[in-house]
Amino acid sequence: MDLFLQLTLAGLAIGSIYACVALAVVMIYQATDHFNFAQGEMAMFSTFVAWALFQATGSIWLAFVLAVAASFIAGIIIERVIVKPVESAPVFNQIIVFIGLLMIFNNLAGWFWEHTTKTLPSLFPEDMGFESTLISSHNLGVIVFTLALLLVVFLFFKFTKVGLAMKAAAANPDSARLVGVSVGWMLALGWGLASAIGAVGGVLVAPIVFLEPNMMSGVLLYGFAGALFGGVNSPGGAVAGGLIVGVLENWARQYVPGGSELGLTFALVLIVGVLMFKPAGLFGRVVVKRV
Amino acid sequence: MPLLKVKGLKAYYRQTEALHGIDFELDEGSITTILGANGAGKTTTLRAISRMVRTEGSIKFQGEEITGLASEKIARLGIAHVPEGRGTFVRQSVEENLELGAYTRKSKSDVADDVERVYAYFPRLKERLKQQAGTLSGGEQQMLAIGRALMLRPKLMLLDEPSFGLAPLITQEIYEIMARIRKDEGASMLLVEQNANIALNLADHAYLLETGNVVMSGEASILRDDETVRRTYLGY
Amino acid sequence: MIRPNALTPKLVLSFGALVVLGCIVPLIVEDYDSYQITVAFSYGIAILGLNILTGYNGQFSIGHSAFFAIGAYTAAIMITHFGWHPYATLPFVAIAAFMVGFLFGFPALRLEGLYLALATFALAVATPQILKVDALEEWTGGVQGLFFDKPDPIMGGMSIDQSLYYVTWIVFVVLMALTWALLHSRSGRAIMAIRDNPIAASTMGINTALYKTTTFGISAMFAGLGGAFFAFANAFVSPDTFNFFIAVYLLVGSVVGGIVSIPGALLGGLFYVFGQEYAEEVSNLSELIPPPWVTFGIFLILMMYFAPFGIWGLIERGMARLKRPSSS
Repeated sequence: MDLFLQLTLAGLAIGSIYACVALAVVMIYQATDHFNFAQGEMAMFSTFVAWALFQATGSIWLAFVLAVAASFIAGIIIERVIVKPVESAPVFNQIIVFIGLLMIFNNLAGWFWEHTTKTLPSLFPEDMGFESTLISSHNLGVIVFTLALLLVVFLFFKFTKVGLAMKAAAANPDSARLVGVSVGWMLALGWGLASAIGAVGGVLVAPIVFLEPNMMSGVLLYGFAGALFGGVNSPGGAVAGGLIVGVLENWARQYVPGGSELGLTFALVLIVGVLMFKPAGLFGRVVVKRV
Repeated sequence: MPLLKVKGLKAYYRQTEALHGIDFELDEGSITTILGANGAGKTTTLRAISRMVRTEGSIKFQGEEITGLASEKIARLGIAHVPEGRGTFVRQSVEENLELGAYTRKSKSDVADDVERVYAYFPRLKERLKQQAGTLSGGEQQMLAIGRALMLRPKLMLLDEPSFGLAPLITQEIYEIMARIRKDEGASMLLVEQNANIALNLADHAYLLETGNVVMSGEASILRDDETVRRTYLGY
Repeated sequence: MIRPNALTPKLVLSFGALVVLGCIVPLIVEDYDSYQITVAFSYGIAILGLNILTGYNGQFSIGHSAFFAIGAYTAAIMITHFGWHPYATLPFVAIAAFMVGFLFGFPALRLEGLYLALATFALAVATPQILKVDALEEWTGGVQGLFFDKPDPIMGGMSIDQSLYYVTWIVFVVLMALTWALLHSRSGRAIMAIRDNPIAASTMGINTALYKTTTFGISAMFAGLGGAFFAFANAFVSPDTFNFFIAVYLLVGSVVGGIVSIPGALLGGLFYVFGQEYAEEVSNLSELIPPPWVTFGIFLILMMYFAPFGIWGLIERGMARLKRPSSS
């Protein structure tokens, strides 16, 4: 029973990181109808930035905050400068631009920081004031921190004018323009937020998986799986999906024969399975596309 | 000086010219209607003013050329466009739709007053304020769209077929409310309609569009009595 | 540009010239260069599959490394475990890759462009892990992979590398010709109709589902054949050779060469190998020059702005411009 609880809690911890990535993916999907395949690499790069800032300042929290802020701004700039020119181009051109971004970030990280693994310390203290055999202090910190973050994001979209405008711009860009919303900037802001949330996910996952340029490709895959599982047009669903995928993955690793070697395959099966049998995901709606 | 003065306006969908250089004017406080059959270019005219299609020619609002501006800037000038098909934010609540209508405005208390004002015109919306806009009936959505436009405190409202897809009784209700809005607020409106009868009753001036050209214009009452208009558009 | 060229004497002549040119190359270059061009051909074959899928049928894959791996491993397993002659494995490689592609194409049917891209992305990311699984280690050689000998020369007087070059080149040429024939057939018109307007295509009575799955299968088959030749040229296979980035690089090659073209696949393959080598050299000149795939990433994005049809698209546009004055 202890083992089961341990697995579940650790699954929730890794799942909350997937939830961050899933949320980032869904935010951009809702606004633009596209999956940003570079989301993972952007988060990885942000994490390296955090690492470099940590080396320079010695404070992990300061490094974290600066890196997240920088990612926010970088996200906005990337949308305005790189993605905007293909905004109304065919899907193909957009996917290729994302692939281009993915290559650039992956190889830039390797170029700047080399392909050796780095260690990034946890944001949370070893000593949390109590002892537990069920969960590590980092994992507990991850769960609490991401849940708080997701709550803030939720409140932002629910209760602020900008949040409302972002939702409007994503759902109905023409009408949003007619009430004076600058849709282009809302998109950019969405990229900024997604990029910042991705950065949070990266910094939280780095102490678990080691920091190196390919750190996020697996995490992104789980993030996608979570987003699909929860429903690609439901941010809340994506978060739940990320958590569920984290827990399921951890159980599968332990209880399914050969499961420990096949984590990514599990994500593959989940993605293909959801797309085949329940494309709307658990909490999403089927979107009827006008042709 | 007219509130809106359009000269030699051409509009394009890709390479296709949909308006072939039309001229019209609208005076402050007046209601002007643009009539015409399907595909005559009525909607395109409104979209041209809101900068949602590519255009040539001149559009002056309060004496200022606005052809270089982006759609959202046009809204900020006080031109509220109620688009074809209403353009409600279907997943947002009635309240949030109205809030979005006031997106360009700063003062929270003014906005709160205006929400009440809209509810006064459209009591049905008040009953449904927490409801998702997508669950409203067609008539209610049209009311919401007009209400949302009012939230901008517009200097000019562009209304694209408010009667579209509505039962005659509902259409009548909406036009009665529009007449009240006009009386209470002295609002200027540019109204596009296929239902010429009801539009000519409300409007002061009318322009008749045929395949991208203005073919007739004048006082609404004069057009109403015109033989051709009566036969082609009014159907009696 | 959107449809393959018509059968004209000029086309036959230039294709013939290309085949001959390809045959002369190994006679005048070093063995190592022949080896490298062979590798470029193997990518080119896979890229050709990608061009059929994406360029002509409008389906997306950012996971062709998976089919490349299936081809390579099928060949390697038959060679090492059953002692088959490498070239004798090719029909089985084709069948295996086609089957897997066809089966993967089934869920793909229900997936619009973007979701298909996502599913193939997942496949590519998971592939190396599947190849490493303990349960399959007996067959796949696990992390180590499988080693074997390069195929013997097909004719006396040829070096091993020259021989493999010729076989690869012939297969590549035949596949290009077959692709051209396919696209010019009734089926080809259906394939392109689905790309241009799926709804109109299905109302015209085209079985879009069957065509899309079959096209996916054919595309996977080409990728598999490319993978087999890649394995022959290197004389080994290992899981990490077939990571997700191979899929990305194949896609880059396809886009750079010209995704809606047949000869673009050859250009793409050559670009993959020699473009990378050249960019590597350039980047070694100075600390300040970024490594090749950073440059290529930037290049790729710029192409989407200015030349989405790739090098071959530019060549065709140039030729059309040259032709215009004389015809008017």
